[in-house]
Amino acid sequence: MVTLNLDRPPEETIVLRAIPEDNAAVPKDQSFSQLTLWLLAVRDQRDRGAFAEMFDYLAPRLKGFVIRCGARPALAEEIVQDVMLTIWRKSALFDPHRAQATAWIYQIARNRHIDIVRKESRPVPDELVEDSCAEPDASQILALEQEAEQLKHAIAQLHPDQKEMIVKAYMGDLTHQEISSQTGLPLGTVKSRIRLGLGRLRKELKGLR
Amino acid sequence: MPAITHHIPDEMIVAYVSGSLPHAFSMVVASHLSYCRGCQASLGAHRAAGGALLETGEGVAVDTGLKSKVLAALDAPVVPEPVYEAKGIYPGPVIQSLKGRPPRWKTLGMGVKQDILFEDSEGSARLLFIPAGQAVPDHSHNGLELTLVLQGSFSDETGQFGVGDVEIGDENLEHTPVADAGDPCICLAATDAPLRFRAFMPRLLQPLFRI
Repeated sequence: MVTLNLDRPPEETIVLRAIPEDNAAVPKDQSFSQLTLWLLAVRDQRDRGAFAEMFDYLAPRLKGFVIRCGARPALAEEIVQDVMLTIWRKSALFDPHRAQATAWIYQIARNRHIDIVRKESRPVPDELVEDSCAEPDASQILALEQEAEQLKHAIAQLHPDQKEMIVKAYMGDLTHQEISSQTGLPLGTVKSRIRLGLGRLRKELKGLR
Repeated sequence: MPAITHHIPDEMIVAYVSGSLPHAFSMVVASHLSYCRGCQASLGAHRAAGGALLETGEGVAVDTGLKSKVLAALDAPVVPEPVYEAKGIYPGPVIQSLKGRPPRWKTLGMGVKQDILFEDSEGSARLLFIPAGQAVPDHSHNGLELTLVLQGSFSDETGQFGVGDVEIGDENLEHTPVADAGDPCICLAATDAPLRFRAFMPRLLQPLFRI
């Protein structure tokens, strides 16, 4: 059984990095990842320069990724083009409070790949409306980004065999039966994500008192 | 609405996220996710794991002309894809499959109706309408079956399933789900077993024989 152990300190230690509330109106911070900054510039300013820089960073990674997902090089080029254009066109849907930049791009890459191969639109869940507080919250964005960083470290430390299984699972190369019998999944992150949600809720309730 | 107590197993969420789940099951998973904050949290976590693998994996150089091709296409007009949102008791993924139309119910007898939404070599998905007190048709024929409640509830030997709950059955699950009293039970059901019958008389008759 392969396990990605991602348990981490309680959420209070993460919130320590929060920037002051009155600064949170525009959720931008130097400590956001470069990808997040590019995506926000594309989303909010339709910034072509930022998009071009993001292309240089992302396109080779995307191509490597879709090839590992089973695409031949010619199809891989087509998918990379499609994914980059989808990022440009759908950037309004990117919300760094809800998903890390890489998580958002990963799902676009998988969806476009499958839609192109199967010619059948993937079913996408309804968005669940967040609690009424829709104010930008830089600390939440940072917490999500920190989670992504921890994930990268955790993956880097995996034994090569374990990593291979995890890679296969997330590249769509294993059936769900194979996933359940061969990989232990990063339950730690799931728990931390739920903890994060609860932590935020607690903070909001405190604000109401 | 009572809390959702029957969820999608984590490995199935990974299979959904990564696209290796058959389309019919993806419809059920996406529909359950439309109700369930907890499972959406796992979805987010697994997307993050996928994102980390994408970012840290080895890159492959793209063709030299690709960048200018993409930049030139930024202003190209795009036909917006239709967006299907939840309507009435049906979550977005069901509305997407129905293409916005209401279900076309076909009677199976004893007040039970179905609408086959999707069918391919990997599986099929259908809506089921079961009046109170009637048995839920057996749609699996020995494969894996996922049954998500959209309205009302049903109960079987393993417990009660209300709106948003998913029952996961396979050949090891011997059960006879029956719609509870109250509103007719409407479910989204998917299976990966080949369709042997397009109607399900065998289990429909079971309650009669058991009286």
